[in-house]
Amino acid sequence: MAHAPDTDVGLYRTVRLIRLFEERAVELVRSGDVVGGIHPYTGQEAIAAGVCAALRVDDVITSTHRGHGHVLAKGADPARVLAELAGRATGLNRGRGGSMHAADFGLGILGANAIVGANGAITAGAAWAARQEGGDRVAVSFFGDGAVNQGVLLEAMNLAALWRLPVLFVCENNGYATTLTVADAVAGTITGRGEAFGIPSVTVDGMDPRTVLDAAREAVDRARAGGGPSLVECLTYRFDAHHTWEHRARVRYRDDDEVRTGRERDPVVIQGARLTGEERERVDAEVRSTLDAAVAFALDSPHPDPAGALDHLYATGMRPRPGGGG
Amino acid sequence: MPWLSYRKALNRALGDELARDPAVFVLGEDVRVAVSNVTAGLFTRFGPDRVLDTPLSEQAFTGFATGAALSGRRPVIEFQIPALLYLAFEQIVDQAHKFSLMTGGQARVPVTYLVPGSGSKAGWAGQHSDHPYALFAHAGVKTVVPATPEDAYGLLTSAIRDDDPVVVFAPAAALEVRADLDHDGLAPVPLGVGRVHREGEDVTVVAVGHLVHDALAVAEELAGDVSVEVFDPRTVYPFDWDGLADSVARTGRLVVADDSNRTCGIAAEVLATAAERFDLLAPPVRVTRPDGTVVPFAPALDRAVQPDRARLAAAVRKAFEH
Repeated sequence: MAHAPDTDVGLYRTVRLIRLFEERAVELVRSGDVVGGIHPYTGQEAIAAGVCAALRVDDVITSTHRGHGHVLAKGADPARVLAELAGRATGLNRGRGGSMHAADFGLGILGANAIVGANGAITAGAAWAARQEGGDRVAVSFFGDGAVNQGVLLEAMNLAALWRLPVLFVCENNGYATTLTVADAVAGTITGRGEAFGIPSVTVDGMDPRTVLDAAREAVDRARAGGGPSLVECLTYRFDAHHTWEHRARVRYRDDDEVRTGRERDPVVIQGARLTGEERERVDAEVRSTLDAAVAFALDSPHPDPAGALDHLYATGMRPRPGGGG
Repeated sequence: MPWLSYRKALNRALGDELARDPAVFVLGEDVRVAVSNVTAGLFTRFGPDRVLDTPLSEQAFTGFATGAALSGRRPVIEFQIPALLYLAFEQIVDQAHKFSLMTGGQARVPVTYLVPGSGSKAGWAGQHSDHPYALFAHAGVKTVVPATPEDAYGLLTSAIRDDDPVVVFAPAAALEVRADLDHDGLAPVPLGVGRVHREGEDVTVVAVGHLVHDALAVAEELAGDVSVEVFDPRTVYPFDWDGLADSVARTGRLVVADDSNRTCGIAAEVLATAAERFDLLAPPVRVTRPDGTVVPFAPALDRAVQPDRARLAAAVRKAFEH
């Protein structure tokens, strides 16, 4: 690989890739090529870039309904992720999963998950299985601030701490669970959730990829050494809507000043400042070219055959009865 | 030949699969000391890495099993109370079941959800007496309700070896059933293949789980008047429609005994399929729990909502005499 993902150039490349991917994806939502819309990750790129830079290919992640950034940072092919968003047969999930379920098992991506908090328990099981196999693989669960009020996530933290599982719980605190503010939703603190189970818990600046990488590396090292789970709360800001329908629905819950202030600390700018102008231009051009090719690949790819709508429903190949009507 | 109880058959199937495949492990509440007896002896034999006592965290340990399965393991979860499945419904129906399709075939989720003691156990009241197999069949999760010790062994074995999630409901009323069996002859029973327990000429009775034994008793009771064939689907999803079609082709009449609620129950599905597909001599009849049943506490009230032999016998006569 030209750029190790944990170098300054590598981190910049990842945040730039995610940013441009999301911008192109939003364009494809507007053009109608992506049906159903997306939950843009714009503004939160530093977290995926920093955490995944601390991981190996054989480590596993589980992700959220706002999952494009995690999937890309773990190494998924942007062209196949975009094809998945566009519902094409060449997509990561053969057009069966879409934006909220992107998975690439070969890269340890056990799937974005559309039920808030559900992936925490799945991650614990994957971490346990990894440990049973021997070796020092770790598992990362990404989730938002909304998930810290889901019982299943707290149950999963208890299991992970009790059994000292190599899990990294990464909370992306962007301040809002859809439209509900953290202040209106979270009693106590987010790190307090982890501390209650004896899990080392820290809060870091989630806008700076280097800061996130440092915190993730410490937690991953501890997990690999048998030290059990960690919780890293990353303070971040979602630059765009919760979901692309928001603009049409005309819901208002953030004032313009807040959004303007939030956007001032931009992970792409923060990380870009660590590169020379020449390095930035080179990465920008490379990422643009990658995304141009990805868009072309996605839009040129075939749609899946409707006759196979329920292919893969059962791993054993069992075929369900059709819906009838003749 | 030695006797084998249904409960012991489940225990034997777990032990045999744990011994055969190192990817298999058992988890659940109180499985080390085996409060239900189904996991008796397994902790001593296989140790803490294969038999995991979990905290009372049904959602987490059910999701945990999914994660372990995605990573190559074959978890078997024991749920000691059927209603706990409601707590874990999201983890089973919305996660484990959906992973294969949603990932475009990348994922396999070979988890077995074993529910010994499902259905009515007199005196256990509203939250311990449900028999929710129809919910899982409706969602498309493979759903098994064995009636006999040899089928309990064979179907649980197949469920553990299956690459998809499978729920195995062991009815409370069947756990003490014993059979005179050659233990060495125990073998896997394929999912989706029914069994004719008794051949007959006049009426096919489809009976699920412990109701097979009631159907056999009714068939014996009516033997002089009506010749009853007893068909046990064994797996309610997938259902052996071809096997049932063969049976109904012989008898021309159909009665269903199903320990789930009437609306959207398995009996409802059998009757609907019969209306589409079978050439019946008389309208089919079902014997089920009432719509929306909540099992009442007092034993007489509990019995009043269960499908029983008297109602089944009446249903058979009704179908036959129509």
